[in-house]
This record gives sequence, structure tokens and C-alpha cells, in this order.
Amino acid sequence: MIDLLSYGAFFLSTALIFGIITLGLNLQWGLTGLFNVGIAGFFAIGAYASAILTTPEVADRIGGFGLPIAVGWLGAMALAGLAAAITGIATLRLKADYLAITTFGVAVVVQLVMLNAEALTGGPFGVAFIPRPFAGVQDQPVLFNALNLMVVAGVTLAIYLALEHLSRSPWGRVLRALREDERAAISLGKSARSYRVQAFAAGGAVMGLAGAVQAHFIGFIAPDNYLPTLTFQVWAMLMVGGSGSNRGAVLGSIVVWAIWVGSGAATAALVPGDWQARAAALQIVAIGVMLCLILLWRPQGFFGPRRGRM
Amino acid sequence: MADPVLEARNLTRRFGGVTAVDGMSLALAQGEILGLIGPNGAGKTTMFDLLAGSVVPTSGSIRLMGAEVAGEAAHKRLNRGMGRTFQIPRPFPELSLLDNMLIARQGQTGEGFWANFTAPRRIAAEERAAREKARALLELLLLARLANEPARVLSGGQRKLLELARVMMADPQVILLDEPAAGVNATLLETIIDRIRAINAQGVTFLLIEHNIDMVQRLCHRVLVMASGALLAEGTAAEVARDPRVIEAYLGGAAA
Repeated sequence: MIDLLSYGAFFLSTALIFGIITLGLNLQWGLTGLFNVGIAGFFAIGAYASAILTTPEVADRIGGFGLPIAVGWLGAMALAGLAAAITGIATLRLKADYLAITTFGVAVVVQLVMLNAEALTGGPFGVAFIPRPFAGVQDQPVLFNALNLMVVAGVTLAIYLALEHLSRSPWGRVLRALREDERAAISLGKSARSYRVQAFAAGGAVMGLAGAVQAHFIGFIAPDNYLPTLTFQVWAMLMVGGSGSNRGAVLGSIVVWAIWVGSGAATAALVPGDWQARAAALQIVAIGVMLCLILLWRPQGFFGPRRGRM
Repeated sequence: MADPVLEARNLTRRFGGVTAVDGMSLALAQGEILGLIGPNGAGKTTMFDLLAGSVVPTSGSIRLMGAEVAGEAAHKRLNRGMGRTFQIPRPFPELSLLDNMLIARQGQTGEGFWANFTAPRRIAAEERAAREKARALLELLLLARLANEPARVLSGGQRKLLELARVMMADPQVILLDEPAAGVNATLLETIIDRIRAINAQGVTFLLIEHNIDMVQRLCHRVLVMASGALLAEGTAAEVARDPRVIEAYLGGAAA
């Protein structure tokens, strides 16, 4: 029972961290129509930025500034937001699939930097000893996991409320107008370039914050945490929850993460030992099937606004 | 002409080897309705895009309210007092009519990212005022009962009305209308003509591209005829209709 509670809190924390990333993507895609396939890259930048700012000093790596966790979070948002703004400026003239290819390239670059800039990122071994909130009660797993869940849930709620406020604001209205018809929005006095960069930066900052929250939740990060699979998972979460809905972004994350974890547990239990490695691919298949079903029967997702045909 | 609100001088635009607009000049006096007509391929639409800023001129100057704007980004035109509509209307289909209208308001505090966290009261007050104005304009253009519907439900003619209402949200001094009569039924056309007259009576200046000669005759104080990218004739609608060069151009002479 205790184990189950503890696991439940752990599961929800992980799912809500995905929820934060998905909220960031919903700002970029659901609201503004920017096709970002480099999610893992911005998530990673946030995680590393916060790790480098908050870990204790080490001999063979730059950083280890030992700053408070909150400073790490702010730094993560700032750096990931900046990286996203630069990506936005560099891709101003690109639309749809071309934009997607370029953002994917950004994620690959981030991945390569993580692996090779050993003096900054620790290379393939990553960064360890990242301070965890409430580390003092780490020996009481239920309490520790519950407190961490509260932190993650608090951050998710704050981001959710901020994004709801923004999407209802005149600022959000301009983003929706740009999504619908960029040329008309320009004729009505809106700078498409400026708002695209703003949406990129704000979404990237949210993804970076999620990266930082996860880094401190786990206490250890390595380049393997930031593979393109993560980008795919987050897109599936937004599609299932309903693109354009912040509520859908969070709930879609929980549903898809449950399917991911559930299909992982099922294959571990049902598939014989020497087939386990290959069966792991079934997790991705399960998400893919889920995505197909949603697109067939409820293309707007669970909570997405219903769209008419144009 | 005393201080035109919009003035183009020697505007030229080349696309590769084609000169779409070739040294065209025009001036709009405050309060007039100027028509711009010409056969297909005469360069009217390019001229219109040059004035609106969505196409950059190869050479020449454009002065709007006395300021040189030829090299300026298109999105700055409306704040300087000049709005446009599109030949095929471009409403924001998934946004309500009201939101379509509110987008067009200029100088909104709430369009800044941080202001939404630092100045919520001021934004709420501005929104209230803008909503009131939007409802009044929707009323004027017979769309008030659809205010909360998404714009995709509108018919072609209603979309033209919405575009006119939307651009009025910015209190423009000049409006460029791109074929407001195209694809509109006769009853709605009368409404559009009537509303353009009413808005013009408030002092708003219009430049109108139109193929519907009846509408041009009824609305325009003065007409310019373009052919092969340049000015061919100028005068009242009746005068240019009698001009042999204009008849020649419309009957295919321009292509020969």
C-alpha cells in the first residue's frame, strides 16, 4: 500500500513534468501554429542550465555554482527562452515542414553539445548530485514523493494559470490571428515576426522550466534523457489532450504517460527475457496506435476546440 | 491638390523581366473616393499591394499622411492611418466576429506580453471600450447578431462586410478596397455601396479597385485607368468610359 502510494506520487510527478512541456508546446503549436519538433533540445537546455547553476563545485567541469534551486529554475527559463528566441529569429522565413526540419536540427545540435562538451555538460556521463527539493526526508519515500509531487503540481498549476491568462489576453488573440491568417494579421497592424519570436521564446522557456524541474526531481541527468522519442511523446500528449486547450495539454500528458508506463510494464511481465529488448519498441507502437485512434475518432483530442472545415 | 493623404510618385515594380507597374503616380485627396480600373493584367493589384506595403517597390516613393513609407513594413501602415481589404476576404475563420474586430484595434496595451501581468486593469478598460466600438460597427454593417459566431459561418458577401467593419476598428483615414463587389449578390451590393458612402461622409478617403463599372460610376468621384502598368486615362467615370484609348485597352488593344 505504502509502495503504491509512493509510486502513484512518483508517476504523477513525472506525468505532470510532461504536462508542463506540453503546455509550452500548446502555446507554440496550439495557439500560434508553430511546428516545433525540437522539444527535447529546449527541455535539455533547461535541465543542464539549472544543473550547472545549482550543483556543488567539481574539479573537471565548468560550473557547479551551488546556487539555490529557484535560481536554477529561473536560469533554465531564461536560457531555454533565449535559445528558443534565437531559433525563432533564425527560422522567421520558414513555415510548416521546413520549420519542423530546422527545429529538429536544433535538438540534434543540443544533443551533440551535451555529448561532446564534456567540460560543461559532463559528456555521456551527464551531471550528478543535482540538489533535490526536500532531500532531508529522502529516507521516507512516501513523504518525499508526496512533497515533490506538491512542488511539481504547484509549478504545473502556476504555468497553467499564466498560460490560460495569456491565451485569453489580447496578446493571445494576436497569436491566434497569426495562426489563422498571417497576411490578414499583418494588414491589421500586427508584426508577425515579433509575435512568432515571442511565442517561440515563451514556449521554449516553459519547456526549459520543465527540464529543470525534472532534473531536480531525479537528481541526475545524462544525454540519454533527451532523445527524439521525448519530442514524439510530447506531440502525442498534445494531440490526445487536444491542441489549443491547456487543460487538454495537462490531461493528455497524464493519459499518454499512463499508456507508456503501462505498456512498458505489460511487456516486461508478458514477454520472455531474451525478447525484452525488442519488445520495448512496443511502447512506441502503443502510443502510435493511440494517436491513430484519436485522429480517426476525435481529431480535436479530448478537450480541443471543435474546428469547422474551411 | 492640397496635401494629398496618400501620394505615389513614379512607382515601379519589376518581377524578373516583367514590369508589372511602370512609373505609376497617383494622389488621393482627403475625403474622395478614387476608382482604379483597367483590363486584367494592367497592374492594378500590384499597384494596390505596393500601396499597402505587401510588395516593396523597385523604385519610386509613397507618402502617407506626409510620411515616406515606401520601404516600411506592411504592418505599420494601419497605425499610420491606412487600412486595406482583400479581393478574396481573409477573416480569421475560427475566431468569433467580435475577436476578428478586436484584433484590428491599434495601440492595445494588452498586446504586449508583460503588460498582461503588470497592467490588467488598464487592459480590461481598453477591452471594454474596444468591445463597445466593435459592436457598434458590427451593427452598422448588419453583422451584430453574428458577433459571437466564428467567422467561418459567414457568406462571401458577409465576409466583405466583416473586412470593412474590421478595418474601421482602427479609425483609418484611408481605406484601400480590393474589388468589394466581386461575388456579392445584388441586395448585399446595395448595402455595401450605401455603407461606403456613409463612411466616406464621415471623412474617410477610399481607393477602390473594381470591375463592376456600375458601382464605380455610382461611387467614385474620380477614376484612374491603368494599362500595361502605367496610367492610361483619368477623369470622371463617364469621361473615361468615352475615352477611345480606354475602349481600345478593354477590347484587347492592350495585348496587341
